[in-house]
Amino acid sequence: MADPLLGRYDPGAFWCEISRPGANQPIRDRLAALSLDELKRRAADADAELRDLGITFTVYSERDAADRVLPFDCIPRVLSAEDWARIEAGVRQRVAALNHLLHDIYHDGKVLADGVIPADLILGNSNYKPMMRGVDLPHRTYVNVCGTDIVRDAAGEFLVLEDNARTPSGVGYVVENRHMMMRAFPDMLEGIALRPVADYGGRLLQALREVAPPAEDPQVVLLSPGPYNSAYFEHVFLAREMGVPLVEGRDLVVEDGDRVWMRTTGGLARVDTIYRRVDDDFLDPEAFRADSGLGVPGLMRAYRAGKVALANAVGTGVADDKAVYAYMPRVIRYYLDQDPILSNVETHICREPDALRYTLDHLAELVVKPVGEAGGYGITVGPRASKRELEECRERLLANPANYISQPCISLSVAPTLVEDGVEPRHVDLRPFAVTGERTWVLPGGLTRVALRRGSLVVNSSQGGGSKDTWVLA
Amino acid sequence: MRDSLLSRYAECLFWLARYVERAENLARILDVNETFSRDSRGGQNWMSVLQLYGDEARFKELHGAATADSVLRFYVTDGENPTSIVSSVRSARDNARALRPLISNEMWTQINVLHNRLGALGEDALAAGHRARLFGQVKEACQTHVGVTEGTFYRGQGWYFCRMGRYIERADQTTRLLDIKYHLLLPDPADVGSPLDVSQWNALLRSAAGYQAYRQLHPEGITPAQVAGFLLLDGRFPRSVALCIGEAAALLGGLRSRHGLRGGTGAAEELDRLRALLGSVSISDILKKGLHEFLDMLQVQLIAVTDDLAGTFFGHRTQSQSQSQSGPSGSQSQSQSQSGSGFEWWPPLPPLPPAQS
Repeated sequence: MADPLLGRYDPGAFWCEISRPGANQPIRDRLAALSLDELKRRAADADAELRDLGITFTVYSERDAADRVLPFDCIPRVLSAEDWARIEAGVRQRVAALNHLLHDIYHDGKVLADGVIPADLILGNSNYKPMMRGVDLPHRTYVNVCGTDIVRDAAGEFLVLEDNARTPSGVGYVVENRHMMMRAFPDMLEGIALRPVADYGGRLLQALREVAPPAEDPQVVLLSPGPYNSAYFEHVFLAREMGVPLVEGRDLVVEDGDRVWMRTTGGLARVDTIYRRVDDDFLDPEAFRADSGLGVPGLMRAYRAGKVALANAVGTGVADDKAVYAYMPRVIRYYLDQDPILSNVETHICREPDALRYTLDHLAELVVKPVGEAGGYGITVGPRASKRELEECRERLLANPANYISQPCISLSVAPTLVEDGVEPRHVDLRPFAVTGERTWVLPGGLTRVALRRGSLVVNSSQGGGSKDTWVLA
Repeated sequence: MRDSLLSRYAECLFWLARYVERAENLARILDVNETFSRDSRGGQNWMSVLQLYGDEARFKELHGAATADSVLRFYVTDGENPTSIVSSVRSARDNARALRPLISNEMWTQINVLHNRLGALGEDALAAGHRARLFGQVKEACQTHVGVTEGTFYRGQGWYFCRMGRYIERADQTTRLLDIKYHLLLPDPADVGSPLDVSQWNALLRSAAGYQAYRQLHPEGITPAQVAGFLLLDGRFPRSVALCIGEAAALLGGLRSRHGLRGGTGAAEELDRLRALLGSVSISDILKKGLHEFLDMLQVQLIAVTDDLAGTFFGHRTQSQSQSQSGPSGSQSQSQSQSGSGFEWWPPLPPLPPAQS
């Protein structure tokens, strides 16, 4: 039967998120009932609304700072209840292992003594913060908010691409995208039971209160670098959703027995938990970078004395390093005595001579990533690189092998996406968000990023990516 | 909800309201300027707007002669000019952006949409046939902001700071409007009381949206003294200096009594003294001693009030920082008043001798 939207849609050899029969059928039927013009008209309305609402991120790479709307694709990405159950369990397991790992490397270092991870990989890492040694955190929770990047290969298998254990962003889009879908496509949602996403703020606030130092009615604040940060929209969003003040470094002061206070019209008011969206190095000019104007002098003193909670904890960056990532399956077995529920992508650690040799021999087939970078920068995708780009990559590898890992090129799954000429397959990934105070809760679904350029595998918003609403069927 | 407010939020709210009010007033002034600035030969003098804001020298340096086209571009679409409508709206929007966790979504969306619209204005938006429409839209958008704020913003401390900013700015703008009329146009004795002069006072009233109210109060006609008295002293007209000062004083009083804020005594005393003065002085007294000097004194006092609020509630360590870069977005006061005229309005004057015959 003629299907105006998906009739000519062909995902080719890739795993398609929507083409399989079964749970997706009702959504396919609803899509089929829409014409391309209708879909485009509603997509334009949604885009205008995003602009009016200022749901933007800021791009600085061009001549001046510009607010951009993260392109929103109105065709949802759907996950069945079974797929989600697996992802959720896998993410929980991963977060538990990360928290064990962080507690261990800042206390007894058993994982290093037992040779599970090379000690120098941890202790020599610039994101390892010796200042955190011996600091005991409530519930031993270091990673209060974790974003786990997951891809799906050609066989439909979910694989973890990386852990984001510092200040992962994107959850604001998850909630706003759903909101947008409910307004622009009420008919598409009609009669489909979805897991809700709207209570993220409440869950996060609860977790942040659970890790606060003992206090009656603990005061939580969100610390942002300010309106010029690219994720400022999300900082605003989260502060609003939690109903807490969004503060900047200049609003806070440490005094009176190493406590943290915020400046209010009525004088200083006590602060108990800081959900900080400022990187470690900028948190406290007395402890880290002296030139940081974003931080609060004395904050680390208050933190180490247990007078204030920081979420995420300081020093978590060592755990989501791309080099440490390679050891995560072993880390999971070591602490939890379980097999990983979600596999890693096979990873070659170029600091190891065999892996370096393999990488150099197979450069044209591999994806080479610098460790310690975020945002998709500095990645060389072998099958798509020119001869010259491969040669430059080889030189960088030889000059500093420890700075790189390589992975096979995963054929990311695709999802139907509205583009200029109609609906075409585009590659997607998934970033679920796990919130941990005393326990871990995973927001159903997460951020589906989509590479809008035909054939592109890079989904980062700074590199031409967009997002989709992610539906977890109840 | 906890009854506490970040100092920075208080300052941003104060300036958000001021910038919106500033944009609205500028749109009003530009809108009526065609009448306002026409001389007896029918020519138009766009210098008057420049003088109103003390921008003559800066403008001349940048653009040379003041034509309708160049002045309008300077005050409407020139993002480099900090006193343009586009700049005021941008500053308002930057403050609103910093306030997004606190203000209603509708407040933010409305100002963001206005900002985006102004940023997308085409070349012909300022063409002679299009201006009135544009100014109407700006005025309406600014009034919508006020309405949305009244209808959606939680009435905690922040609401008080927001309204204080609006009334202080409006009082300041009304003094400027009066000042330019008196300062520039009246001194030509040949024009006083002429049909031209009446039409200009008429325009002045219209730019302050006070024409209807004034006519009801003074059906016998328009005289400069009565118009000045109305705009300065009428306690019921929403744009009069007396009403604005009274509202600002009451709002500050509310913050101190209902929300238990300590400090701000200096600002409270200054506002109370101004309120008492405006409630007791007559327009003939003011005109006799010099309207310009009176307006100048009001402007200086309003700046002092703002400085005291900044020092007490906005967390500025030192006072007189209303021009500092560390404040909220685009924070700057319009302090072009010339003080030191040697004319002492402060403390309030003793009763004046009977008017000369």
